[in-house]
Amino acid sequence: MAAPALQGPALEVAGLVKRYAGRPVVDGLSLTLRPGTVLALLGPNGAGKTTTVEICEGFRRPDAGTVRVLGLAPTDRTLRPRVGVMPQAGGAYPGLRAEEMLRLVASYAAAPLDVAALLDRLALTDVRRTSYRRLSGGQQQRLSLAMAIVGRPELVFLDEPTAGLDPQARHATWELVEALRSDGVSVVLTTHLLDEAERLADDVVVIDHGRVVAAGSVAELTRSQGELRFRATPGLDLTGLDGSREEKPGHYVVAGRVDPQLLADVTAWCARQGVMAEGLRSRSLEDVFLELTGREART
Amino acid sequence: MTAWAPGALSPRPGAAPFSRMLASQTRAELTLLLRNGEQILLTLVIPLGLLLVLSKASFVTVPTGHDRVGFFVPGVMALAVMSTAFTGQAIGVGFERQYGVLKRLGATPLPRSVLLGAKTLAVLAVEVLQLSLIAVVGRLLGWHPHGSVVAVLLLVALGTAAFSGLGLLLGGTLRGLTTLAAANLLWFLLLVLGGVLFPLSHFGGTEPVVRLLPTAALADGLRAVLQHGRGLPLRDVLALGAWSVAALAAAGRFFRWE
Repeated sequence: MAAPALQGPALEVAGLVKRYAGRPVVDGLSLTLRPGTVLALLGPNGAGKTTTVEICEGFRRPDAGTVRVLGLAPTDRTLRPRVGVMPQAGGAYPGLRAEEMLRLVASYAAAPLDVAALLDRLALTDVRRTSYRRLSGGQQQRLSLAMAIVGRPELVFLDEPTAGLDPQARHATWELVEALRSDGVSVVLTTHLLDEAERLADDVVVIDHGRVVAAGSVAELTRSQGELRFRATPGLDLTGLDGSREEKPGHYVVAGRVDPQLLADVTAWCARQGVMAEGLRSRSLEDVFLELTGREART
Repeated sequence: MTAWAPGALSPRPGAAPFSRMLASQTRAELTLLLRNGEQILLTLVIPLGLLLVLSKASFVTVPTGHDRVGFFVPGVMALAVMSTAFTGQAIGVGFERQYGVLKRLGATPLPRSVLLGAKTLAVLAVEVLQLSLIAVVGRLLGWHPHGSVVAVLLLVALGTAAFSGLGLLLGGTLRGLTTLAAANLLWFLLLVLGGVLFPLSHFGGTEPVVRLLPTAALADGLRAVLQHGRGLPLRDVLALGAWSVAALAAAGRFFRWE
């Protein structure tokens, strides 16, 4: 049975508000997930990412605003086979073995993925007979991811899927998300890892204090208020290089629309001045993120 | 590990038939019950141990005219039903909530009715095992049961409903560790007040009240049928029925999935 072709967005959130004890944790949030794309919800701890995702998953009810998941209300029972959910932690019987747990969840689905192959792809074959409670944190995370996709959903919510994973496991997870995307699955993932969002996401929604502070593709976000950065000897005379300043000794910033022309202008200026520019780059998503959400640590 | 083949993950959503979900969920619930050492201690070792000790120990008195094994087998059966349907379920559900299992299963195609149905079937399967073992050990100790099997099954079914309701109420509202403490405490209190270790006549004037507690009602009802060969004991059936309705209604009202 093929999935019915989806008209309109895979997920649409408009004016979402959720308060806990009168304090808004999600405060007028709106976002749209295009079918077959990956959307990263990026934000510091406590920004409202998990609350937003849990409302979309049907676990919590919003105080205001509308949420449509595959065109339906999030609590609609008919969504359950169509949506895969990976919570931030837990969600498995501690006494069941890894393979038993995955086979159990697979048995709820009409046409599940092959359990043995999925365990193999996520490097869980060696621990398939280990009880969930004895798995390492990273193994539990990967099993949880497998549980979210084993039913072959159209849309998956992954809440910090790579938190606590070692680099190999992180890459295995990233490859899985990329494979889901290229097979037409829509993905919402929350993360506070900028390289993760930069690598995986078609669209990024940066949220802070429950509000959207920026949204767009990674390229749009990093280019909109464009700047180029480079390092060179401190104290250069910047006459003739429009929009430039020395941010701190030896670190230079050139503001302007980031395009090949700006790159050419900057390198041409450096060549005329006999300056060796090192580390010439446009803003990273990290620069944007820190500008938007501040540099103080969150708890 | 190789790359994912194109199309390997393409969506094919759909829920399995209820019967398949019920079968696999029941198997999982039963696996969890039988794999847990404390559960086995609670549901099998303690009841069988008590049956052996009580049948042989002369310091426990039974009412005159009662044979020892005939008195203790029905009580131990009531204890076994309580241990599985009430204590075991309460502790299991309490920790499943704490670990986020029930919440997560709510995001799968598994309907809650199928989940509760599977839990009930697993409890009934364990009870069949318990009651069979108790009956066999009882026979080896010289037990001669009387009465109607149908009456016994009805009493056990009502007792299971009442204890399941109480177990789900406890496990569905308290935290895991609090549930563990409360369920074990109540297990002990209901054991003492249940006419399992000694006859309810020891309670003197309070006996008519104590007799309405679910363990006492089940033990008393089973004893009326199995020991004395009477028909369905109406007072015990009504008491267990009232507990069932009240506990299941309260569990349905107050149960929290996370």
